[in-house]
Amino acid sequence: MDWRRFGFIALIIAILFSVMVLIGRVQTSPIVIVTSMMATTIAVATPLTLGALSGIFCERAGVVNIGIEGMMLAAAFFGWLASIYLNHVYKFAPLPSLIGGVVAAVLTGGLFALLHALLSVTFKVDQIIGGTVINILAVGITGFLNRQLFFEEGSIFGGDVPHAPGTLPRIAIPILADFPVVGRIFDQQPITFAAILLVMVTHFVLFYTRWGLRTRAVGEHPRAADTVGISVERVRYMNVVIGGLMAGLGGAYFTLESVSSFEPLMTNGRGFISLAAMIFGNWTPFGAWAAALIFGAAQALQINMQFFREVIPPQLAILQISYVVGLAPYILTMIILTGIVGKTVPPAADGQPYEK
Amino acid sequence: MTDEIVLQAKGITKRFPGVLANDRVDFDLCKGEIHALLGENGAGKTTLMNILYGLYRPDAGEIWVNGRQVTLHSPRDSIRLGIGMVHQHFMLVPVFTVTENIMLGAETLHREMGGMPVTGWQRWWQTIQLDVLDRQGVAKKIAELSHQYGLDVDPDAMVGDLPVGIQQRVEIVKALYRQANILILDEPTAVLTPQEAEELFRIMNQLRERGVSIIFITHKLKEVMAVADRITVMRAGRVVGTVTPQATDEAQLASMMVGRNVILTVEKKPTQAGEEVLRVEGLRIRDARGLEAVRGVSFSIRAGEILGIAGVQGNGQTELVEALTGLRLPHAGRILIAGRELEDLSPRAILEAGTAHIPEDRQRHGLVLPYAVADNLVLCTYYQPPFGVRSVLQPKAIDSYAGRLIQDFDIRTPSAYVAASKLSGGNQQKVVVARELSRPIRLLIANQPTRGLDVGSIEYIHREIVAMRDQGIAVLLVSAELDEIMALADRIAVMYRGQIVAEVDAQSARREQIGLWMAGVHD
Ligand SMILES: Nc1ncnc2c1ncn2[C@@H]1O[C@H](COP(=O)(O)OP(=O)(O)OP(=O)(O)O)[C@@H](O)[C@H]1O
Ligand SMILES: [Mg+2]
Repeated sequence: MDWRRFGFIALIIAILFSVMVLIGRVQTSPIVIVTSMMATTIAVATPLTLGALSGIFCERAGVVNIGIEGMMLAAAFFGWLASIYLNHVYKFAPLPSLIGGVVAAVLTGGLFALLHALLSVTFKVDQIIGGTVINILAVGITGFLNRQLFFEEGSIFGGDVPHAPGTLPRIAIPILADFPVVGRIFDQQPITFAAILLVMVTHFVLFYTRWGLRTRAVGEHPRAADTVGISVERVRYMNVVIGGLMAGLGGAYFTLESVSSFEPLMTNGRGFISLAAMIFGNWTPFGAWAAALIFGAAQALQINMQFFREVIPPQLAILQISYVVGLAPYILTMIILTGIVGKTVPPAADGQPYEK
Repeated sequence: MTDEIVLQAKGITKRFPGVLANDRVDFDLCKGEIHALLGENGAGKTTLMNILYGLYRPDAGEIWVNGRQVTLHSPRDSIRLGIGMVHQHFMLVPVFTVTENIMLGAETLHREMGGMPVTGWQRWWQTIQLDVLDRQGVAKKIAELSHQYGLDVDPDAMVGDLPVGIQQRVEIVKALYRQANILILDEPTAVLTPQEAEELFRIMNQLRERGVSIIFITHKLKEVMAVADRITVMRAGRVVGTVTPQATDEAQLASMMVGRNVILTVEKKPTQAGEEVLRVEGLRIRDARGLEAVRGVSFSIRAGEILGIAGVQGNGQTELVEALTGLRLPHAGRILIAGRELEDLSPRAILEAGTAHIPEDRQRHGLVLPYAVADNLVLCTYYQPPFGVRSVLQPKAIDSYAGRLIQDFDIRTPSAYVAASKLSGGNQQKVVVARELSRPIRLLIANQPTRGLDVGSIEYIHREIVAMRDQGIAVLLVSAELDEIMALADRIAVMYRGQIVAEVDAQSARREQIGLWMAGVHD
């Protein structure tokens, strides 16, 4: 990750924030708008960050994973389902139910990743096809179970969606969150905090530990790793599964942290955008996080815009159509992937099955 | 050297689909000896070494290390037994530093350093640094090792930036770092300049004096005679015999290897040079880092003439050849083929103007490794009749053509339809040479055409190149092997620091003089 790239990211985020300030300043003070934008940006970037970390673990070990979208969707569903079961059937209190849900989501991600590892490492199936299988599988299973469990006559919940146990509570960081106005940024929900922590942990693991050195070696030159006695298969399995756990946590964000319901296809391409963030971040955790924040900022703009619909100046009337702003993350993805801000280099053995 | 046997293979057999790569091979290595292993391309040398290193499992046979029978499940086992290997194609991660490459798989961690009693917060600290690499500690050890053995390496350099000679040193340090006392060197000199090879021999001798036993694979008979204590020759998967350098000579070794007499010198009539085929004027080329690698080079070659470019590797030869074949754009100068300046300097345009190219790096620029041998053999002509008719490939035509080339060039492969990656290094080279020499051409650009080939194949290719010349083809031969240049060229140009510093007629050329020019010494 070079500084030019970080500079570009900072610039785009600054532009997105400025647009919001321009629109909203007649009603609200710029500092409040910026703070609110920042808080939202950090929160909505969470699944993208976790998805990108998931991709980093897989691809640094040489396994392409386009199934992150599906892993997140499945995790969102099963995490949510587990929380409802715990709450309604086993009569747990809301908070333990939610925590149980997060655990279930993480495990779901891991399980799907295990399938991906089995296909791509053991059976050496084309990794793009393996990922596609997972995406299709996730859409099918979640859609089917969602209908069967909640909307069919005679199903467990009797054709009625029960109340979910809510969302994970906010945690305010002592002292920092007590600052007036800007304190809001340090008052977030747990998965958001976890994602930021995991960015740092991943960076450390990848570049300062034995695990990371071996992972990167396997992703760059698996045969070289093999000749010094490292089991390429083992390293790939472990990293793909860890990546799956991360994607699972990202999935939990959708149904246990952001909102308290599940809708079919609710991940809405976030898994793919997180791959774009990973690429733009040159397969580094901090880079990917920064890139995820761009998309977060675009989404925050869309969200905050709703509050200021009436005051949008006529020159910016186009922004009144909400999908114009909604398109921003996708358009940004395409622009960024054209490589206008310099080329990024994937791990050399990325996507290649290892054969002795 | 003592008679104590440290490593022994008994009746090793290994079969790949369609080939018996090792057939009941017996081989032994004594403590503190340099044991050379010779054999033609595809004889099974690399396979045997991979088995001794634990990368492949033999189908039959026993391996004994230090008097005990062992089973090697993976390189982990062989490393533990003190076996180290420098592979024919290096096993280094280019984007890692020297330190990282050396420590990989044998990492030293922070928690392993120092033996202080651990209490209270220290224990916590240790848990946190559970798996943390100790790069500095390793770098220090590397510095010690390099000092001890005279193997100069910079621990912080990025391996991808290092010249091959240094990369090889890194590989040797990597083995020593694991306390290897048995060292396998698979064709270590194939990619080295003569100076670098000399340096390697000095290191090998030093290691031997410290009790390290070395298996040394090479195709260069001179080297074998100079450094080996014993020599084992393999042919078609079997051991032909073991001799000492005192009891043999190069000619005998050559005939043991290929099973017939080999003529080690090339016979050549005086040149009948015709009209000019290639003309290069004031060519300037930048290398990958943007530095000027070729600084104003001009020369011309006529039909029926071989121009040899001598020079230590890295003096602009690579860039020059890349520019002449369309792989790199020069930023100044002109290239004329048969008197016409090419508008379009794309590889295809140059190829269709009648140019053949034997690239320096067969795996990167010469072959599509996952493709079948047959497909690689028509890589330049697949779209033209008879191989491609109206955009449809003609498998029959390709098959019979491939069959003929495999026969003519003696490419050892189970069939024309195995992936090129499965061939032995030398046979991969033969595929490239066969493809390039078998189409109608008027200019041949050959960069290290015999790298990694056995003497029999070198003899054949040298004769082929001379035959091409006699048919009126212009040949540009680039080689770091001065012997090769002296044997084949009609005129010799010496490249130094991106310029041609001298050009002489081959007949009047003196070896020592050319050596001096190559080193940048001018009268
Ligand atoms: N992984 C593999 N799969 C299939 N066949 C193989 C494989 N490795 C080697 N072979 C075959 O085994 C034979 C011996 O190959 P090997 O690489 O041991 O030869 P070599 O003596 O090292 O030759 P060279 O001097 O050209 O390097 C060859 O015919 C080769 O095609
Ligand atoms: Mg070999």
